[in-house]
Amino acid sequence: MSELVPNGVAGRRHDAFGAKGSGDTSGFGGLVAPAPVLGSSERPFGDDAADGVYDALERAFPGLDDAIERVVYAHGELTLYVGREQLLAVGRTLRDDPALRFELLSSLSGADYPDDPTGRRLHSVVHLASLTHRRRIRVEVSVTAEDPVMPSLTGLWPTADWHERETYDFFGIIYEGHHALTRIMMPDDWVGHPQRKDYPLGGIPVEYKGAQVPPPEKRRSYS
Amino acid sequence: MTTDTHTGPGAGPYEAGFTESGANRVYTVTGGDWEQVLGSGEEGAERIVVNMGPQHPSTHGVLRLVLDIEGETVRQTRLVIGYLHTGIEKSCEYRTWTQGVTFLTRADYLSPLFTETAYCLSVERLLGVTDQVPERATVIRVLVMELQRISSHLVGLATSGMELGATTAMIVGFREREKVLDILEMITGLRMNHAFVRPGGLAQDLPDGAEAAIMEFLVDMPGRIKEYHRLLTGQPIWRNRLIDVNYLDAASCLALGITGPILRSAGLPWDLRKTMPYCGYETYEFDVPTATEADSFARYLVRLEEMGESLKIIEQCLDKLSKLGPGPVMVADKKIAWPAQLSIGSDGMGNSLDHIRKIMGTSMEALIHHFKLVTEGFRVPPGQVYTAIEGPRGELGVHVVSDGGTKPFRVHVRDPSFVNLQAVPAMTEGGQVGDVIVAVASVDPVLGGVDR
Amino acid sequence: MGLEEKLPGGVLLASVEKLAGLGRKSSLWPVTFGLACCAIEMMGTGAARYDLARFGMEVFRASPRQADLMIVAGRVSQKMAPVLRQIYDQMAEPKWVLAMGVCASSGGMFNNYAIVQGVDHVVPVDMYLPGCPPRPEMLMDAIMKLHRKIQTGPVNGKLDRTEIGESPYPKPIEVATAQSALPEGSLDLRTLSVNDRKRFRMPADAPLPVGRGAVEPAALDARRPAAVAPPSVFGRRKALPVLGQPETTGRLDDLFDAGAIDAAPTDDVHGQGGGPTTEDLG
Repeated sequence: MSELVPNGVAGRRHDAFGAKGSGDTSGFGGLVAPAPVLGSSERPFGDDAADGVYDALERAFPGLDDAIERVVYAHGELTLYVGREQLLAVGRTLRDDPALRFELLSSLSGADYPDDPTGRRLHSVVHLASLTHRRRIRVEVSVTAEDPVMPSLTGLWPTADWHERETYDFFGIIYEGHHALTRIMMPDDWVGHPQRKDYPLGGIPVEYKGAQVPPPEKRRSYS
Repeated sequence: MTTDTHTGPGAGPYEAGFTESGANRVYTVTGGDWEQVLGSGEEGAERIVVNMGPQHPSTHGVLRLVLDIEGETVRQTRLVIGYLHTGIEKSCEYRTWTQGVTFLTRADYLSPLFTETAYCLSVERLLGVTDQVPERATVIRVLVMELQRISSHLVGLATSGMELGATTAMIVGFREREKVLDILEMITGLRMNHAFVRPGGLAQDLPDGAEAAIMEFLVDMPGRIKEYHRLLTGQPIWRNRLIDVNYLDAASCLALGITGPILRSAGLPWDLRKTMPYCGYETYEFDVPTATEADSFARYLVRLEEMGESLKIIEQCLDKLSKLGPGPVMVADKKIAWPAQLSIGSDGMGNSLDHIRKIMGTSMEALIHHFKLVTEGFRVPPGQVYTAIEGPRGELGVHVVSDGGTKPFRVHVRDPSFVNLQAVPAMTEGGQVGDVIVAVASVDPVLGGVDR
Repeated sequence: MGLEEKLPGGVLLASVEKLAGLGRKSSLWPVTFGLACCAIEMMGTGAARYDLARFGMEVFRASPRQADLMIVAGRVSQKMAPVLRQIYDQMAEPKWVLAMGVCASSGGMFNNYAIVQGVDHVVPVDMYLPGCPPRPEMLMDAIMKLHRKIQTGPVNGKLDRTEIGESPYPKPIEVATAQSALPEGSLDLRTLSVNDRKRFRMPADAPLPVGRGAVEPAALDARRPAAVAPPSVFGRRKALPVLGQPETTGRLDDLFDAGAIDAAPTDDVHGQGGGPTTEDLG
């Protein structure tokens, strides 16, 4: 189920006190931590709304198991991890099926998980809201940084327009089918995608009374 | 006068024809490829691209509008944003969970408490302490949020008026806003960008005299709202500029993701306080003002009515507070609760002497908690959560991802102004240049939230 | 007063400088450069309660060509910086810049890739106003101080602005380290600023670079911070004598014996002979 990885191997391995790096302050030297594994929540989720949504989706979208990589139900929210090939088909079903009817795309943003075990670190997170049934769902699609191409949802929800431009600007995810995918927040000739984890925060040290305070990303951290 | 046109000798396609009228020769410059260049060949057609640059008194902030104008009609509107991009979301990843509040509060600087509350609700859901937040804290959150809704609508009104030339609206709107800001200053310590709502509750309780000041405000404000109606609603110029202008119906609103007063002015009573309640809003009695005309005038009326509804909610909050009586405003879990009790001392606001006596003298645990929470912060279990609340401009959502540490892994703010601005091209194309200002004013964007 | 007594009544004599200053400061017209939260406070300052009209400043000119004062109110992002410079260039002389808020003064709380760390990287600034956001009263205070600077300033309106890197004050670190007679290499240089580090790498007898901030160690004894009066913004003022400061000239040589300070650090700071060391623990 979970692989045991020796402590100190690259990645976010923690010891019991949450310190990063080797973190083994016990002197014992034998501390090993489980490597992260991406698991799905088990059906039934225990929440009527989430179960209802998933059942309706199974009915409306045959072949759901191929399309959906994982399902997570946590904190009262349902997250579907969808492959990029079937994103448009699943999205159309979510929007049009009468039992689902997610008419409103609330938010589309990105997230960068450099330790993603599948290697696909750039995630595009879509939040959909159903006004008819008054519920929300999250759809997440992952792509690698080398091949960050994904279908665009502007054909289904035109509001995704600026959201996708912003996610392209900050993460470099390329939305195929977007009519004008350009930078929206940074200047047009900016190099790099600022909100990726390997992009520095870019602060400068501040001099105060002769001493220098380093910028936030370079300060000492004990946790 | 002879009016026959004839080309001169040896003419090519680019030689101009001319008429001789008396001793003068008048050239007629037509033909060639001018019609193709201009595209339509309509009479008097003159298509220019006008840049309403980021520095402009009427664009509601640093918003750049590139207008393709033909005469007085707008053919294409393009918006350029990003002139206020501050990197707030990335900065939050380098600060603790509580410090994130101070950053997010400056995103939408006209409704900072809303962004703070949405963020804190998300963090509390990740922590799993949503039920443990004291009810007094929840009621005060609703109270300050509704006060801020009034102040935000007032600024929207004031700046709309100023942009359309009604400068009295500006003065009058800011006059009332000062009253709200006085109350918020009394409660939170700051006029704007109060980092008041913290994960787990509030920074501190209402001070003495706050409730009396709010009640005074409640007595005053309905008359002021009537004053705005007298000033603007019947005024012919205001009506002519706003009625039947910038029409956007409900289906288009939903396709473009528009929420808030714009959606409600199109006839759909979608208000997250009623449809997906949070912070105990289901226990308050208030209406959701809706209009059906879907024009800028309807949005203006909806905002004025919402101010009245907010006053009702504030009154109910005060009732609830008096029924609840004094109590904590932070979760009881000492490993999350913000430890410092602040008070005004001789040199300004700082840790209260009682608190210092307690942590230095009596309780070692309190000292450790204070130290760890202020320097390192609490840890939030891994997961991700999206919480949406109804801000003055629409659905304000905060998506928070935690990796189990003391700092957020990712914070994204779904700002309503960012999405609502996408409606401006739909509202303005085909209309007149003057209506572009009205469109931006009726969307009421806050560029801090748009650009973050 | 001698000449004015001989003139007919109702005639006042003044210098052109003073009159020009008075005229300029009495109706400074700001250009609308409100960017973020500080802009709202600026609007509030122009509104009814904190009235800017009493200073003649309620007309926020939209066109920079008609304005004198640019109040940079809010955080300046990398995308906005060229626009800021263009608006500044479009203003006609004499012009002044007030950096309102910490974001305009120094980048504020946003020390990151997106924000220019202080608009003085883009335009020359005459007045810095901290605050996040500064209250309307603070903005008015800054405006009034700027008024006094303009009133007492030269006739061409160009004020004596502090350039980056120069300051009339000696830095406390210079004072402390020059007076301490520490041997070279004993200071942890990592916490000093770049300029100071360069200075301390120079040999002891090398002349210090001349600039308004460079201070000779020997001259520091006489330049106690309180005795250095910067050019006053409030017009000419009598320099008051500093009372109660001890005389330090030459006393340091008696107190410190530079030869006694060892090159190698030792725990024996008081010179009393060592107590047990870790080697004795075995």
